Amino acid sequence: MTFINYASREINCKIVYYGPGLCGKTTNLQHIYDKTNPNAKGKLISLATETDRTLFFDFLPLELGTVRGFKTRFHLYTVPGQVFYDASRKLILKGVDGVIFVADSQEERMDANAESVDNLQLNLKTQGYDLMTLPYVLQLNKRDLPNVVPVDEMVRTLKKKEEPVFEAVASKGMGVFETLKGVAKLVLSELTKTA
Amino acid sequence: MAAPDIVMYEEEFNQIKQIISKLRVDANGKVVFLVDKNGQQIAAHGDIENLDTTSLASLTAGNVAATDGLARLIGEKEFSILFHEGEKDNIHISIVAQRVILVVIFDERSSLGLVRLRVKKASAELNEVFARIMSKVEKEKAAAGAAFESPFAEITDEDIDSLFSE
Repeated sequence: MTFINYASREINCKIVYYGPGLCGKTTNLQHIYDKTNPNAKGKLISLATETDRTLFFDFLPLELGTVRGFKTRFHLYTVPGQVFYDASRKLILKGVDGVIFVADSQEERMDANAESVDNLQLNLKTQGYDLMTLPYVLQLNKRDLPNVVPVDEMVRTLKKKEEPVFEAVASKGMGVFETLKGVAKLVLSELTKTA
Repeated sequence: MAAPDIVMYEEEFNQIKQIISKLRVDANGKVVFLVDKNGQQIAAHGDIENLDTTSLASLTAGNVAATDGLARLIGEKEFSILFHEGEKDNIHISIVAQRVILVVIFDERSSLGLVRLRVKKASAELNEVFARIMSKVEKEKAAAGAAFESPFAEITDEDIDSLFSE
């Protein structure tokens, strides 16, 4: 649901970070916020509880420059990961152009990852999208922790289609921009096809 | 599926700008802006220099989405008007053409009654403009068939890479 404004020559895309609770979605956004040029970004809005758990969403507008004379803006959103916030998650997927699934690489979180991917698929469907055709990338986060599941095993369990897979340590910024770039590429090349 | 849901053309954009600037004057409001339900700002008018309109747009859309969710929970289709009252400033939010959110920010120089009245009139005009936009998009799509003219048709990997070059 990309919004193209011919009058002001702008294109706006909505990217959503999805994943189980505490997998590092907000950390991804925080890193992007910290590392981008102040002129290129807006305020990072976090609707979180007092203990810093995302309550509704985080939001970061990002201006990336121009493509073919159009100012390109990405609006990055995260969803609340905790299972019982499902109603909010559905709302945030509305109008999404691309999804980044952030998986927690720790062994004990594998069940939560699998459940969250299924939940993503289901919620997309209720909004009228199909994960199989939506621009989508998989990020394997927290690769620096001692108890991580090997990459090929994670890919086997979580990969849904031919999506690009990125390893990351969001807390140190590793892989964060690579992931965003990966999904941005898919979103923009989707425009070349059917727009 | 990737076909853009809203495409804004110069002509309609100018009409929209006219309608909301008139609304701001008529309703004696501080700011009037228009957001689509996904949180993308369409147009804004008024004292917006010290206002973070991008954040305002996304939070408004979040607010409307959450309220829609609430409405459905109790068996309503939607709550078409939301009103937030502050000490000095107030926000009046309404849905136009089922898909666009019209926001009016006003203070004690205006009143809720006046704002509601003027919003109603402006909404009718905006409805027409959006109906025209939608039919224009449909027509262009139909005319061009699968090859709906896109400015991004020739986008390259280099174009995308250059966005991230800094």
